[in-house]
Amino acid sequence: MDLNIVWFILITVLFTGFFILEGFDYGVGMLLLGRKENERTQFVRAIGPVWDANEVWMITAGGAAFAAFPHFYATMFSTFYLALFLMLLALILRGIAFELRGKFQNHDWKLIWDGAIIFGSFVPALLWGVAVANLLKGLPIDSEMHYAGNFFNLLSPYTVLAGIFFVLLFAFHGANFLILKLADERMILLLKRKAAVLGIATWAVYLLFIVASIFETDVMSKMVGVLIFASALGVLLSSWQFARAGRQKSAFVCTTVTIAMTTVGLFVALFPRLMVSSLMPEWSLTIYNAASTPGTLLIMTIAAVILVPIVLLYQSWTYKIFKERVARID
Amino acid sequence: MDALILSRLQFAITTVYHFLFVPVTLGLSIFVALLETWYINSGSYEERIKLKKLVKFFGTIFLINFAMGVVTGIVQEFHFGMNWSEYARFMGDIFGAPLALEALTAFFIESTFIGLWVFGWDKLSEKMHCLCIWIVAFGSNLSAFWILVANSFMQHPVGYEIQDGRAVMTSLLDLVTNHYVFGEYSHTFFAGITTGGFLVIIVSAWKIASDEVSREMFLRTLRRAVLYTFVGVLGVMGSGHLHAQYLNEANPMKLASFEALWETEDPAPFAICADINQEAGRNDSEITIPYMFSFMVHNSFSGEIKGINDLQKEAMEKYGSGYYIPDVRGMFWSFRIMVGVGGLLLFIVFVMGVISFFFGENIKKFSCCFKCMPVLLPLPFIANSVGWYIAEAGRQPWIVVGLQKTSQAVSPNLSSGEVWLTLIGFTGIYLLLAVVAVFTAVMFIRRTKITEEEKEGI
Ligand code: HDD
Ligand code: HEM
Ligand code: HEM
Repeated sequence: MDLNIVWFILITVLFTGFFILEGFDYGVGMLLLGRKENERTQFVRAIGPVWDANEVWMITAGGAAFAAFPHFYATMFSTFYLALFLMLLALILRGIAFELRGKFQNHDWKLIWDGAIIFGSFVPALLWGVAVANLLKGLPIDSEMHYAGNFFNLLSPYTVLAGIFFVLLFAFHGANFLILKLADERMILLLKRKAAVLGIATWAVYLLFIVASIFETDVMSKMVGVLIFASALGVLLSSWQFARAGRQKSAFVCTTVTIAMTTVGLFVALFPRLMVSSLMPEWSLTIYNAASTPGTLLIMTIAAVILVPIVLLYQSWTYKIFKERVARID
Repeated sequence: MDALILSRLQFAITTVYHFLFVPVTLGLSIFVALLETWYINSGSYEERIKLKKLVKFFGTIFLINFAMGVVTGIVQEFHFGMNWSEYARFMGDIFGAPLALEALTAFFIESTFIGLWVFGWDKLSEKMHCLCIWIVAFGSNLSAFWILVANSFMQHPVGYEIQDGRAVMTSLLDLVTNHYVFGEYSHTFFAGITTGGFLVIIVSAWKIASDEVSREMFLRTLRRAVLYTFVGVLGVMGSGHLHAQYLNEANPMKLASFEALWETEDPAPFAICADINQEAGRNDSEITIPYMFSFMVHNSFSGEIKGINDLQKEAMEKYGSGYYIPDVRGMFWSFRIMVGVGGLLLFIVFVMGVISFFFGENIKKFSCCFKCMPVLLPLPFIANSVGWYIAEAGRQPWIVVGLQKTSQAVSPNLSSGEVWLTLIGFTGIYLLLAVVAVFTAVMFIRRTKITEEEKEGI
């Protein structure tokens, strides 16, 4: 196995970590919608100690893409220019909202910042779905690896469907997380009912997404990808059933696995490409034509192999420290 | 204006904005860590309550600032791909490594342990909790180190080779031990100490003047912050001076530009002020101290220093025809502002030291002066911003000195309309955030009392 493949796997791992961890953050953020102030405060406390560290998974995925596949980083980020701009605005508002919402005991103040959290969680979830679907579907990329389209080429029914799928999946994942983290019985009951609806809705959209992928992309040329998606669909269904049966831990584990499998499936379907060119298959970015030199890949491999486990170690320790449920606030 | 100019403007605005918060993070994290160490080693019960409140007080200011640093930092990371895709392609093999290492080694520990610190007051032992803030301080400074490794390469490339039209890393060790890193890192580190410490001085002085019940505790932080900032200012001056000397070999064009020395001279005079005529390549008039520039660079009253016009000729021979002179006027005045602020800060810290150590009992008398102190707060921030202007504008027209021009680095697919939109968008939201964050911080500082009562205060 050459280092390019190792790095393809590592990038997959980083994106998987990012979608799993930020997935429930985004989900919890979106679930603030329509809740009362004391309830929102509990929700925010549930992710308070960890959201920043979770966001770093995205930063690291970006940095790693830069280091290992600079052309991928360059083409992807300049292609998604306006989409990323929107995402950055959302993330800026969201990050600052977590810090500032509790600084004044004033209802309107909290309402505004919680609105920012909802917006700032919904938009990135949606846009990451759109972005990932675009990688797979293909974009007008020319022989120089430059994007030859505009913002509106990024939006199509298929990519928007993927965005909606991400939103629903993260909301469901977030609900499962919250049920495990809150102490307020009444709230848990309510979330359980929500999770039941979200679970089945996510499942239906996922099914639609897989069918659409078969028509819109070339996933069928690699059956493994489709198989992974199909099994993820099955896991999602069991998550929904666990959620209804009140087996919350299993439900959460299953949404986690669903996200992991979906991400892996996407990258498997892409392999060995990183971005598909819709103009000419040869113009696609691959793990070879987009890569850094073997020297840099080697150094970065050593660093990642040592550091990622350490990060996982202390991050899981954090979850242990904060394992208690968040107390009810009246 | 085309996408290139707009992208430069956007990068300048967003990095300078990011770097308003970064030095506070660098300096204040260490100060809060010292404060907490003092707290866990302190004696009586009342004292401990007050000290804990003090840690939380400066901790909260730190956190508001930290949040601003984090959200603006994400923009920075995305920027290279969004606006500078050709730079990312050309430099990825080299630049990606420190950036990824920064995320892996520094951002992860910073963000994880800050969460533990904020929410772990009664979940961790005292020692463990204090260790968390030390780890945050370490992480912040490590992150600065990695990013400055990347930046130093752009200023002074080492450990690379050009293959197939892009820069390829031949040695990570060379990259990290680039002498330029030493200069930039030490200077930035001390600038952080200065900025963070000065912020504590201002806040403490203001609380002393306006908050009767908390006066005694803030006198104590004032004294500590004075010592801390004093170290910072001396460090920033010393390291800046050494770095400027080093520029004589690393990037003489930058040195000559911020001194507006057009012709090669031996001994070279130091210009205090000058009427710079960039088009004609000379100063129309100037006030100089003879020998002084040579003395500053060579530690002796003689020694040649190359002038801009000769360096331009050398550059043309080396790189082909073109204009290789940066914005001399901007750099000349930026440098004088930075050094001037450094001197001013030293003076202020000295005065505050005398007042707080020798007039401690009568500190109330200085109330009206202390109340006005916040107008001085912008000083270190100004120095930081113009300092970066010198560093970054001084490498123009290059984005990576000698290897890639800024004009070749911009993303080719961007229209000026798109960049206008994002430029206005980022600037707008940054202005909004600045207002909200400053308002929140001021209200917090105003209403928080440091007393020995358990309940009152934070
Ligand atoms: C509190 C802030 C502060 C203060 C008081 C000073 N500086 Fe500074 N300076 C910075 C904050 C700073 C900075 C923002 O941190 C920079 C920008 C790039 C860098 O590495 O540090 C900088 C850059 C910078 C550079 C250009 C570095 C390059 O080309 O990369 C030089 C030559 C100096 N400084 C020299 C000085 C000297 C001789 C000072 C004497 C008083 C001084 N600075 C005070
Ligand atoms: C490692 C860190 C940094 C990197 C890699 C970096 C890189 C860049 C790039 C790509 C540009 C735009 C192209 C150009 O004009 O050359 C730029 C310009 C600029 N940057 Fe930086 N920068 C860094 C840190 C900073 C910081 C922290 C500041 C300020 C606080 C700063 C201030 C500026 C300014 C003022 C410009 C505009 C210069 C001009 O266009 O004339 N930079 N930098
Ligand atoms: C232009 C290049 C830069 C990029 C791409 C960049 C990237 C980032 C990112 C992504 C973050 C957020 C990390 C988190 O979520 O925890 C951040 C924060 C930080 N950056 Fe930058 N940065 C740049 C310039 C600089 C410079 C020049 C320094 C120091 C000299 C610096 C020091 C820091 C520090 C200490 C933090 C963490 C503390 C804080 O957020 O205030 N950065 N940066």
